[in-house]
Amino acid sequence: MARTKIYVPRETAAVSVGADEVALEIARVAKQTTTGIEIIRNGSWGASWLEPLVEVEVDGTRIAYGNVGTDDVAGMFAAGLITGGEHERRLGPVDEIPYLIKQDRWTFWRCGLINPLSIEDFELHQGFKALKKAFADGAGAVLDNVTASGLRGRGGAGFPTGIKWQTVADAPGEQKYIACNADEGDSGTFSDRLLMEGDPFGLIESMAIAGFAVGASKGYIYLRSEYPLTHSILSRAIESARAAGWLGDDIKGSGFDFDIELHLGAGSYVCGDETAMLESLEGKKGLVRTKPPLPAISVLFGAPTVVNNVVTLASVANIINLGGERYAGMGVNRSKGTLAFQLAGNIKRGGLVEKAFGITLRDLIEDWGGGTASGRPVKAVQVGGPLGSYIPAEQFDTPMDYEAFVDIGAMIGHGGIVVFDDTADMAQLARFAMEFCAIESCGKCTPCRIGSTRGVEVIDKMIDGDNKDENYELLLDLCDTMEDASLCAMGGMTPYPVRSVLKYFAEDFASSKEH
Amino acid sequence: MARIDEQTTREIVAQYDGKPEMLVQILQTIVSRCGWIPPETIRQLAEELNLSRAEVHGVIEYYHDFRTGEPGKHIVKICQAEACQAMGSRELTEQAKKMLAINFNDTANDITLEPVYCLGNCACSPAVMIDGKTYGRVDESRFTSLLDTMRGND
Repeated sequence: MARTKIYVPRETAAVSVGADEVALEIARVAKQTTTGIEIIRNGSWGASWLEPLVEVEVDGTRIAYGNVGTDDVAGMFAAGLITGGEHERRLGPVDEIPYLIKQDRWTFWRCGLINPLSIEDFELHQGFKALKKAFADGAGAVLDNVTASGLRGRGGAGFPTGIKWQTVADAPGEQKYIACNADEGDSGTFSDRLLMEGDPFGLIESMAIAGFAVGASKGYIYLRSEYPLTHSILSRAIESARAAGWLGDDIKGSGFDFDIELHLGAGSYVCGDETAMLESLEGKKGLVRTKPPLPAISVLFGAPTVVNNVVTLASVANIINLGGERYAGMGVNRSKGTLAFQLAGNIKRGGLVEKAFGITLRDLIEDWGGGTASGRPVKAVQVGGPLGSYIPAEQFDTPMDYEAFVDIGAMIGHGGIVVFDDTADMAQLARFAMEFCAIESCGKCTPCRIGSTRGVEVIDKMIDGDNKDENYELLLDLCDTMEDASLCAMGGMTPYPVRSVLKYFAEDFASSKEH
Repeated sequence: MARIDEQTTREIVAQYDGKPEMLVQILQTIVSRCGWIPPETIRQLAEELNLSRAEVHGVIEYYHDFRTGEPGKHIVKICQAEACQAMGSRELTEQAKKMLAINFNDTANDITLEPVYCLGNCACSPAVMIDGKTYGRVDESRFTSLLDTMRGND
């Protein structure tokens, strides 16, 4: 008799709440009860609130069991786990879970579905189909398709990917590079990680497509060191792809050479900035390069380089497979396609939700997220990481659209949504924004290096009720200086969360020590 | 943790073909082996990579991962970023400091406590990392039992 397949994710969030121990316990109980099983360590579907999410394959259908603990395993076997038996942890078929089926999975569709370390499984699920199509269609067709898709940089800046690729393709030079920014440092974001852990070959394939399109023979992935499990999965995937001839010289007889080098960051938030990341890839301090003007072409080791975020790159394979027009058919206005929103912080159903642009913040927080984990009212959400504004409840009907967010003084960034309940002290969070900037500033420009420290001091005075009105004016003035004169988003956008607290939650300053 | 010896450092440099542009990767490898960068290693790296000591020192100073003091046998990091704050990481941090009787970046009883700004586990906050492994949904009692397990493994 064939062994029953049991899926237990090997993904940071799942493992952080016990997935490894659950997998061991499943193996132990199966052995004890002489049940023939095969454990597959898949990626995560992204429903982090259900992790560890165990699935058992019964007649081709995968039956899910959520929030499984080691204590549950023996009982699940006794209840007939192997045939998808009834149990209090049973959720039903995984492809009927509303949180998952209501999504628009364009980029993340293989996450959870496949064994991320099996190149055979990847190829069974359309793996390398887009790369082969790119070889057949030619570089020009790939560039046209990416441009037609309207895809914009998912790292946060939202720069049109097609224009970036075309610029590098047109640049003179024998050597060009693809640099994948996997330094996902924004709090509340984990979509890059989820993709690299759940579908690493998907990223590798898309990087190769990018290399083919612009004429680059080498790619770099700059991965943050806070992701050790991702590093292990990604390094193994790169080795497998190389061994199978999908990386290296003359890939599958196409005449195209491409290989990938994986670099680790070293705990610097600023290295998520494209120019600081390039400095770090060159082995130096992660100091941002002088801008504006924004360079039309990034330069690594003196050569023209495409720098893209993980999700941007990984979206390309399906754009090639299904066509750029189809991607552009999703979304609203100039925000085409899908974004992987990440529900985080004090939220009942946290996880990854890939949806077309245009969905409102309220839909995401209430319908998908189910409100706060604490059950208390939502006070504020921070969208777009530590440099994003705190958004009050009256703005929750804002559609997810890059420009609509700019209009309310906020930004979508990398799509992280961090929810706070009504116990949050917004004055402390404004202080934290400045403090974080002081800790992480690369120090190259004065407004960021000095301004952030002065910002903490001024906010402390306001919290202490010391000359509150004068300090309020001083803080606004400081925010102007940092915004106008900083070299990069670190100093230039730290004022966003600070200003939003002053604008919408000023009472939190009043409620402090002076009363 | 131990100091890294000259021979091992030389081997690590060789693993990266002695390229100065691999300095960040070389330092990361050293830290993964022994937890910190001793002063004599800075001198050696400068010589082997044909860089000035100031250049090597500058890179080490810049990145949080590159400790210049010897850490304890165990490294406990608690996430301080916003998503974890929303789920009580400030309170958890205060309790952890009391429990371990140390502040951030201090070492006592072979345990080093450090802040970290996002482990990418923001849907399972608060998150901590103990000896390179990430744990989620960590309240005070879970933190206590994680520390017990860590000590039990000694």
